[in-house]
Order: sequence, then structure tokens, then C-alpha cells
Amino acid sequence: MSIPDLFMLGAFVLGGAAALLVVTARNVVHAALYLVIALVAVAASFLWMGAEFLAWAQVLVYVGAVVVLILFGLMLTRAPIGPMAQHNENRKFAVAVSGGLFVLLVTVIVATFGDATVDVTPVRVADLGEVLYVQWAFPFMVLGFLLTVSLIGALVLARREEGEGPLPDDTDEGSDQGLEDAAQEPGPSDVTSAPGAGDAGQQIGAP
Amino acid sequence: MQAVFPLTFAALLFSAGVYGVLSRRNAVLVLMSVELMLAAVTVNLVAFHGLVASEAGDPLLSGQVFALFVMGIGAAEVGVGLAIVLLLYRNRATVNVDDADLMKY
Repeated sequence: MSIPDLFMLGAFVLGGAAALLVVTARNVVHAALYLVIALVAVAASFLWMGAEFLAWAQVLVYVGAVVVLILFGLMLTRAPIGPMAQHNENRKFAVAVSGGLFVLLVTVIVATFGDATVDVTPVRVADLGEVLYVQWAFPFMVLGFLLTVSLIGALVLARREEGEGPLPDDTDEGSDQGLEDAAQEPGPSDVTSAPGAGDAGQQIGAP
Repeated sequence: MQAVFPLTFAALLFSAGVYGVLSRRNAVLVLMSVELMLAAVTVNLVAFHGLVASEAGDPLLSGQVFALFVMGIGAAEVGVGLAIVLLLYRNRATVNVDDADLMKY
């Protein structure tokens, strides 16, 4: 067992334990923080396999942006912060399916790639960029277009519809309450059957 | 490096993600499990890039480029997914995926 194997084993143990904790933690914020560890372990495994650019892109995109977005999602949906039962009645079925899948996958992997080795020669960022912007240029532009479309789609989905809540010029009541309250719509004029109707002034759709 | 380690790591991540998607109740936690499954796929792509590079060579770096694409698509997916979860919360006052059964037969 060589040195890269040991490093990979470390990422395996750390990331695997963190991934299991992500799906079993009873506290939702702890689950999001375990997801950070699991994704950092994935980035470490990219590093040991010679994919340096991918490793740092993983840290930037996932650990930096996606986890923050997920924490915002937990905050905006007022997820219960304390520990509580987070599993539904499918739990035994889910254990059986995922456990069976894991055993099947490991059996197939060991039978097929038991003695195969992975080339861990680092791929230089310059080489990856040259290939990406020449041979893969069109798919790369399509990916950029997809990101633009998903940004606009997410905005359209998450913004308040006309008539669903107070119009932006109805928010003059909040403007004299200082900077923090100015961003929030006044709760009592809210005409939706919105979930936050009970606590005034906290509207989840507020920007 | 033995190919078994990264591939088993990916299998473990994917199985954990499948378990989370099937058993979690909170829609945001379901999204986190989907992220785990996407991470497993990227680990597999990078590992198979190394496997192919050690045997036949991979001049187009297909494995790493596809892993990069999966990463970008995952970022787009989590943005749209969270927008849908927020819409669900605004309309139904819950993020329990078991309560969103309007289209159940």
C-alpha cells in the first residue's frame, strides 16, 4: 500500500463517516455542516487522484457556495434547529435499498477493478484549460447558458407573484423603521395564506 | 493508486445519498442527499479518467471535463431546487416531502 493509497484511505474514512452523518444527523444544521466535511473529503480525493483544478473548484463551488445556499434554505424555511426525528416511515426500506446497493456496487467493483490501478499523475491546469476552451468549447458555452437559465428560472420561481403578496410600493410602512426592517414587508397587509402570517413582519419571500 | 479505493468511496457516498433521499423528511435534507450522489458521480468520473489514462491515454481529459460539467449542473440544480423548496414552503407552510402529495394517485 503506497503513500497515495493511504491518503485516499484517509479521505475515504473521513468522507464516508461524514456522509453517513449527513443522512442520519437529527439536527438539520449539523447535517449541513457534516456535508461540508464530506465535500472537502471529496475535494481531497480529487487532489490525491491528480485533479488539482477540480479539487479547488469543488472547494469553491460546493463548500463555498452550495453549502451556504443550503444553509440559507434551512433558514428561510424555518427548519427546526433543535434535534428532532427527521425520518419518515420508509426508514427500514431505505436501509435495505441503500445497503443492498452498496454491497452490490462493492462486489462488482472488487470483481472488475480488483487489481486495476489509477494513474495519479497531476493534470496541469494549463492543459485542462487548453482542452476545455478548444475541444470542449461548445459544451462549455452550453453549460454557461444552462447556468444563466437556471439563475433566471430560480429567480422567477422564488419571487413573489402579482397579487400573492404586497406590491413593492406598499412597503412604505417599513421604511421608517430603520435599515433592517426596511427590507421586510409589513406582515399585517399580507393577503396570502402565507406560512409566516402568524409572526408579523417576517415574510420568507422578502428579498 | 489502487482503483478500488476511490470507486468504493464513490459507492459509499452514493449509497448514503440514496438512503437520505428515500428516508429524509425535510426537502432541504433531500437536496443535500442529492448533492452527495452528485459528488459520488464526480469521484467516479475522476477515478475512471485516471484508469483510462494509465491504460490507453486520455488526450481530451474527458473524465475531468465531465466531472467539471457535473459540478456546474449540480450548482444549477441546487439553485432551482431551493427555489422550488421555498415555493413549496410559501404555499403549503411545510417542507415535508411527504405532505406534497397533491399529484399522488
